[in-house]
Amino acid sequence: MASFVELAIPRLNTKVKVSTGLFINNEFVPSVGGADPITVYNPATEQVLCSVTGASEADVDKAVVAARNAFRTTWGKNVTGFERSRLINKLADLMERDAEILAQLECLNNGKPFKIARDFDIGDSVACLRYYAGWADKIVGQSIEIDRRTKTAVTHPDPIGVCGQIIPWNYPIMMWAWKVAPALAVGCTIVMKPSEITPLTALKLSELVVEAGFPPGVINTIPSLGSIGGAALAAHKDVDKVAFTGSTVTGRKIMEAAAKSNLKKVSLELGGKSPHIVFESADLDQAANWAALGILYNTGQDCTAGSRVYVQDTVYDKFIDILKGKAAQLAIGDGFDEKTGGGPVVSKGQYDRIWGYIEAGKKEGAKVILGGEKRSTPGWYVDPTIFTDISPNMKIVRFVNCIVQIFGPVLSVGRFSTEEEAIKLANDTTYGLGAGLHSNDQAQCHRVSSALEAGTVWINQYNLLYNNVPFGGKKQSGIGRELGSHALEEYISTKAVHWNYGEKLDWPL
Amino acid sequence: MTTFSYNFDTEVFRQKVSFPTGIFINNEFRKGSDATEIDVINPTTGKTITKVSEATKADVDDAVRAARKAFQTVWGLNMPGSDRSRLLGKLADLMEAHSDELAALEALDNGKTFGWAKTVDVTAAIECIRYYAGWADKVHGKTIETSEAKLAYTRHEPIGVAGQIIPWNFPLLMMTWKIGPALATGCAVVLKPSEFTPLSALRMCSLIQEAGFPAGVVNVVVGYGSTTGQAIAEHMDIDKVAFTGSTLVGRKIQEAAAKSNLKNVTLELGGKSPNIIFDDADLEQAVNWAAFGIFWNHGQACCAGSRIFVQEGIYDKFLEAFTKKALEIKLGDPFKQGSYQGPQVSQIQYDRIMAYIQSGKEQGAQVHVGGERFGTEGYWIKPTIFTNTTPDMKIVREEIFGPVGVVIKFQDEEDVVRQANDTTYGLAAAVFSQNITRALKVAHRLQAGTAWINCYNQIHCQVPFGGYKQSGVGRELGEYALENYTAVKAVHVNLGHTI
Repeated sequence: MASFVELAIPRLNTKVKVSTGLFINNEFVPSVGGADPITVYNPATEQVLCSVTGASEADVDKAVVAARNAFRTTWGKNVTGFERSRLINKLADLMERDAEILAQLECLNNGKPFKIARDFDIGDSVACLRYYAGWADKIVGQSIEIDRRTKTAVTHPDPIGVCGQIIPWNYPIMMWAWKVAPALAVGCTIVMKPSEITPLTALKLSELVVEAGFPPGVINTIPSLGSIGGAALAAHKDVDKVAFTGSTVTGRKIMEAAAKSNLKKVSLELGGKSPHIVFESADLDQAANWAALGILYNTGQDCTAGSRVYVQDTVYDKFIDILKGKAAQLAIGDGFDEKTGGGPVVSKGQYDRIWGYIEAGKKEGAKVILGGEKRSTPGWYVDPTIFTDISPNMKIVRFVNCIVQIFGPVLSVGRFSTEEEAIKLANDTTYGLGAGLHSNDQAQCHRVSSALEAGTVWINQYNLLYNNVPFGGKKQSGIGRELGSHALEEYISTKAVHWNYGEKLDWPL
Repeated sequence: MTTFSYNFDTEVFRQKVSFPTGIFINNEFRKGSDATEIDVINPTTGKTITKVSEATKADVDDAVRAARKAFQTVWGLNMPGSDRSRLLGKLADLMEAHSDELAALEALDNGKTFGWAKTVDVTAAIECIRYYAGWADKVHGKTIETSEAKLAYTRHEPIGVAGQIIPWNFPLLMMTWKIGPALATGCAVVLKPSEFTPLSALRMCSLIQEAGFPAGVVNVVVGYGSTTGQAIAEHMDIDKVAFTGSTLVGRKIQEAAAKSNLKNVTLELGGKSPNIIFDDADLEQAVNWAAFGIFWNHGQACCAGSRIFVQEGIYDKFLEAFTKKALEIKLGDPFKQGSYQGPQVSQIQYDRIMAYIQSGKEQGAQVHVGGERFGTEGYWIKPTIFTNTTPDMKIVREEIFGPVGVVIKFQDEEDVVRQANDTTYGLAAAVFSQNITRALKVAHRLQAGTAWINCYNQIHCQVPFGGYKQSGVGRELGEYALENYTAVKAVHVNLGHTI
C-alpha cells in the first residue's frame, strides 16, 4: 500500500515525491500500533510540509523481527564481504545520481542551504558509503600463537547482529550514512529511527536501499518520537546494539534502558561545548575564519560547534574586531536562495530554546556585540550572535561554563593570559567532543593538543572531518568512535576460537 | 602504430574487436623506438594472429620518465587516496562492461577456454581491482609512544616508480594483482606483459585511459624478457621491481637489481607443490581436487599440485578414480561449448613439457595415462599421470608447467612430510584428511606459503599468496601486498628535547 506525498519546491520549479509509510522488509507499510502521524515542518516558512507515519512500539517489534530474520538468512554470516561491498557501492552510486532530489528534501525539511546539502552533506555521505564499502571485504581477525606444535587460536570478527540506530536532525543524510555504512560493511542489520523533526530524507534513502538490491529486512526505517521509537529500541530484548547521536540527556536514558533490558552494546555521540583557543602567535585572520566557521556552520547546529572562543589577551581586541566582521558576513536566509550561507534553525522548539538563552544572557548583563535581535518575518531564524565580557560572577556563567549546549549560532568569547589558563578554561566542562587551537608555535600546538580533553582536536583549523579519521567524545560527550576503521569495531563482536589439535588431557589432573 | 582488429565469430562469443596495440606511454599509443614488432600466435592453431609493437630499452627509459613525472606531479602524494580509489573503481566498472571481450582475448591469446577465462580469470581480475580500490584511502601509518618530548609517527609513502613483469599463464589476472596494490598505494607503473600474451594487457590500456588515470601513471611496454625485462630490472630510476615467472629468470632480476640501484625486489616464482592425500580423506573429493590441482589451466599454474602423494591404504582406489577423471577431461577448441582444456600457450612450452615427458619415460617412470600430443594442430598435450617414480627423477624434482602429474605412494606422516618438503620450492601445498587434527598438524609442518586443507587452487584476493624458499620473496594479495609498494618513513618531531 503506497502512501506518498509530493512536495513542491517553488524556487526550483520542481516536485519531489517521498514515500511516507514505515519502511520494513523493503516495503512501505502503515503502522500496526496506531501511533500518531508525525507532522513535518519547513523551518524557513514555519509551514507544515506533510505528515508521515509514526512508528509505535508494535511497529518497532515488527522492524526488529524483520532485521533479525534478515540477519539469520540473507545477511550476517550469509553474505560475503564482496557482496556487501558491491551493494554499499551501489547505494552510493544511487545517492550520487539523486543528489539534487535529496538536497532539495534536506533543504526543505532541515533548512540548510541547498548547495551545501548537495555538495557537502550528500557529497561527504556518498564518500562515506564508498569508504566503508571498501572495508567490507577486509574485516580480519587474528591468528595468535599459543604453542605452534599443538594448538592455535584465531579470532573471528563476527557482526554484532541487529542494530538500533537513532540519528539526529542536524545532518539527517550524513548521520544516516555514518551509521548505516559501517554497520552494513561488517554485516549487521539495522532498525533506523530518523529524527521525527527530519524524517524525509531517511525515507527517500530507503527507496534507494530497495533499488540498490539489499535483501528485505537489512535496513528498516521507522520515524517516531524519541520517547516511543527510541525508547523501544533502547529497551528491546532482541536488539543487540544501539547507536545513538543526540543530546547527552537522551544518551543517558538510552544507556539506562540498555542496562535494564538485555545489556545491549551502546555507542553514543552526544553533545559538546567545544573550546576554540586563539594564541597570540596565530594568524588572526585565518583564526577568525575558522572560528566563524566553527560556530556558524550549519547555523551552529553542530555537536562540535566551537561555541566558546578563548583569545589570548594580547590579541583579544584585534581578534574580536576581525571575528565580528567575519560573523556579520554570513547571510542567513532561505536555503533555496543562492545568496544564503546559513539557514534557519530546524524547529520551533530549538528556536524558542536558543532565544531563551540569548534573552537570559542579555538580561544578566552580558555584552552583545553582534546579533541578539529577533526578526519580525516568518521563519525560525537566529542571526549570528556574539557575547563578550562574561565575568565569572554572572548567573549566565552557567551556560558559558558548559552545562548547557545552546546549539545555535551563538558564540561567547572569553580571554586568557597564559597557556595553562587556556587549557584549564577549555577543559572545565563535562563535555569532551571537539576542541581547536590556533598557534604558530609547534611545541605549543603539541602540548596543548595533548592536554585538551577532547576526542577531536583541530590545530589551525576547525570543524572539518574526514571519513577515514575517527570521531567521537571523551567524558560525557560519548562512548565509542565513528568514522575511520574505528567505526567497524562498534559493530563487531569478537569470537575467539581455541583450536586444539595436539594436546591430550590427562584426567584426573 | 599497430592495431588489433578481429572478428570473433564463435559459439560462445560473437563480436568485432579493435584496439591499438602500440607501446602505451603517457596515455598514448605509439610505435617502439626501433619500429620492430612481435608476432602474437594463437596457440589453438599455431598461426600468427597479429603483431604488436616491441618496446626497446629506449622505450623503457621513456616509460620510466613518464612514470616518474606523473609520480612527482599528479600521482604519488599529490592525489588523495579516495581519488585513487574512485579511479580504480571506475576501471573495474569498465572491465565489467567489457568482460566478455576480455575473456575472449584471453582465450584467443593464451589458449585457455573462454568459459574458464570468463568465470575465473576476468571475474577474479575485476574483484582484485575493486578490492584494492577499497585499500587506497586506508594506507595507515602509526603513531608511536616514546616520550612526551617527542611526537613519533610513520608515514607509509608510495615507493615511487614500480617496474612490473608478468607471465603468460593468467595474463589479465596477473596484471591486476600487480597494478591493483601499486596504484592503490600511489605508485606509478611500468608494466611488461609477456611477449606471448600481450593482448588483454593492451586492451586494458584503453580502459585505463578511459577511466581517467592521469598520463604516465600506467605505462605498458611489450617486449622480450632479455631486453625489455632486463632494462626494467637494471634501470637506475625504477624504485621497485615485481616479477612473476620462472625461478631462473627471478634470479636474474634480483641480480640485476643488486648490480644497479639496489631496487626493492619481490618475486613470485615456480613451484613443485605437494598434494598429500591420507587414507582417511574423502576419496571422491580428493580425486576431484587433485585433478583440478594439476590439470586446471592446462597445468600452467605456479601453485599446481604436481606431486600427488597418496597414502598406501587408498593408493589403488585413488589412482583408478584419478585416472578416470583425467580421461574424462575434454580437450577442445577454447571457443567451443564443453571444452575444458585448450592448448599449451606456445611451441616452446609444448616442447619443454614433451621433453619432460620423454625424460620421465627414459628415467624409468611409468606413463599411467596420457603422455602424448592431442590433435594435429596447435599445442595440445593430453592430461598425463606418471607413477612408479623415484625422488631423484627430473619429473619429480623440476617444474614441468603442463598437465603432467606424478603420483607417489607414501606410508605415514613422517615419510610424506619429509618427501613433501624435499624441494627447493615452497609455493603451495595441500592436505586431504577428514581428521582435522592430522590435517592441521601436517599443514603447519609444510614449508609452503599457502597450505590448502581439503581443497586446492583456491585463491581469494583478500588472502595473501607467495612462496617459501626458492618459490619467491614477498607476498601478493590481501593487505600484505601493500607493503610491496610502500616505503615507511618514520617522522620524529622534537617537542622539547634541547641539547
